[in-house]
Amino acid sequence: MTSDGDLLHTVTADTISDARRRTGKAMVWGSALLVALLALWQMAYETGRISTGFETWRPVLYAYVLWAFALCAAQVIVNGEKGKRTLFVLPAALFVISLVVFPLLFALYISFTDWNLASPNGPQPNGWDNMREMWNDGFYWNALKNMVYYVLAVSVEYVIAFGLALLLNAQIRTRKFFRVVFLLPLMLSPVAVSWMIGKSMLEVRFGPVSRVIRELGGEPSFFGSPEIARFMIMAMDAWTFIPFMMIMLLAGLQALPREVIEASKVDGATGWQSFKEVIFPLMLPVSVTAIVIRIIFKLKLADIIINVTSGGPGGATDSVTSFIFREYRDRSNVGYGTLLAIVYLVLIVIFVTLLLKLVSRWMERPA
Amino acid sequence: MTETAIFKDHDANRRVKTKWWASRVAIYAALITWAIICLFPIFWTITTSFKLAPDVMKGNLIPWVDFTPRWKGWESIGISPRLIGEISTVREEFLKRFWNSAVVALSASALAVVLGSLAAYGLSRFNYKFGFMRNSDISFFFLSQMILPPVVLALPFLVLYKSLDLLDSRIGLILLYTLMVLPIVIWIMRDQFQGIPVELEEAALVDGLGIWGAFLQIVLPIALPGMVAAFILSLVLCWNEYFFAALLTATNATTLPVMVASQTGSQGINWWSMAALSSAAILPLIIVAIFLEKYIIKGMAAGAVK
Repeated sequence: MTSDGDLLHTVTADTISDARRRTGKAMVWGSALLVALLALWQMAYETGRISTGFETWRPVLYAYVLWAFALCAAQVIVNGEKGKRTLFVLPAALFVISLVVFPLLFALYISFTDWNLASPNGPQPNGWDNMREMWNDGFYWNALKNMVYYVLAVSVEYVIAFGLALLLNAQIRTRKFFRVVFLLPLMLSPVAVSWMIGKSMLEVRFGPVSRVIRELGGEPSFFGSPEIARFMIMAMDAWTFIPFMMIMLLAGLQALPREVIEASKVDGATGWQSFKEVIFPLMLPVSVTAIVIRIIFKLKLADIIINVTSGGPGGATDSVTSFIFREYRDRSNVGYGTLLAIVYLVLIVIFVTLLLKLVSRWMERPA
Repeated sequence: MTETAIFKDHDANRRVKTKWWASRVAIYAALITWAIICLFPIFWTITTSFKLAPDVMKGNLIPWVDFTPRWKGWESIGISPRLIGEISTVREEFLKRFWNSAVVALSASALAVVLGSLAAYGLSRFNYKFGFMRNSDISFFFLSQMILPPVVLALPFLVLYKSLDLLDSRIGLILLYTLMVLPIVIWIMRDQFQGIPVELEEAALVDGLGIWGAFLQIVLPIALPGMVAAFILSLVLCWNEYFFAALLTATNATTLPVMVASQTGSQGINWWSMAALSSAAILPLIIVAIFLEKYIIKGMAAGAVK
């Protein structure tokens, strides 16, 4: 791609009158002023300075939406053809900024308050108290440690997914049937999975898996000891997400140049040799992409844990997300919970950035 | 070798043949094993929804052989041949949740595909400069949202929605879900648009269309399969989302996953009704998977292959 200039060139000779330009600018500033006025009014009402106001902040939201539309329209009014180009990206950008950046700033503020939804006082800034509490909170560090285990489990998922992709890529009949069947677990919601597998199939008395184990002479206990419980969570999560990596790897395998593999066969490579020396190196970019995306998804792991073990036994299966979820649900501790989430976000950003730096030379393109 | 082998029953040939058969058997055995691992939980859930308590306790597996299927589980959510004509509050409740899930998932996916496609097209065709941000920075900005864990946004949104009166409303969920799937849509669509030659649009421009005209009339029809893929992938993610729905909805806007999860908590394990509910929650997506598998795979493969 060319580095400067558009890929799609357009020749435009816009003559935009001053009046038109002024209208556009007036639209944007006028609606922005409306947002600011409404917000100020509402704030004055809520702090009790004036007696009339709206019940909620809804009107401010409507004004904000109006401003967003005015901004988009003004692009075309003020800039003509050039504005039409901006219009492709602007809506999505506005959407993401207003739904991510504002809440993040707000979160940053909440995280340094002692806000508990149960307390009547509302948020009171409490400086570094939350930080200190976090430093001494064994359960949070434990949850972070668990995340390390969960992320490491991706390597096993990768091996299985690669194996399955190779199987599906082999000369087999009914490939479509197997592909659909292998894809099915990904379609199921983690909540349904936690009931289907975690609560019913692994049920100690009547579950089919317990029955098989008892037949074999063992005593089934899936969520009693920390290690086994953690392994069970990993297994359920793997069950749902292996298809995801498998499909990516399968797509990679099918895009491999056939001649190279055939050439290796002609040269007398055995199956294992041709895999190790040809297929695997060629698949490296796809593998790395799949693993990185899978790790990013893994860092959000929560639903299954919340529904099957709610962190137990003794926090052994807690992920950071499920821990914060309970911190909010059981203790309404918004301030502290948000600080934990922000710290987690910072850790994730550092980790993912390092990871991308580390693997970018094996990737086809930066994510 | 001097003699030509006409009959392939020489020792060496036979060895090759056994080896070939062995590898065939191994491949199919592995495939079938994994197919059972994938299918058994689904089979178990659907059959359990037709079981009675004694069947569950005895561990009967195969319908009609081990046990007679009964509608008891489905009656608990008001869907069975006997109850279908009658008015049933549990069915109302279930259908309300189902409808919420459907509305939220469909609208969020549609919104994400519209916003995402526009942005992806713009980024693949024009060079932008917003302040210090160039195209690659903007792309990275969008895609980096994928890293954002939902838990960071959840609590601020809870407070924000409370003051905006959006708590427990479908609109609130739709906005959040759109945000959640937008990076994935942009990822897929960018790939799609990069595969479409610019000459097509150039020809359209020469013929007198504007850039939006060229986009809507020429590019969109070509990119439609990709958009369907992105839409379906978003649909799956939104339909299954639990975390935000659990935090931000209470009575009106609760979705199916929240309903399933709340059942496990409150009344112990009521096997047949839980099984029926889970089956009902997963069936739509199983049907989607069977009929639209092509698109799902296309969507997921988009990032993997150039």
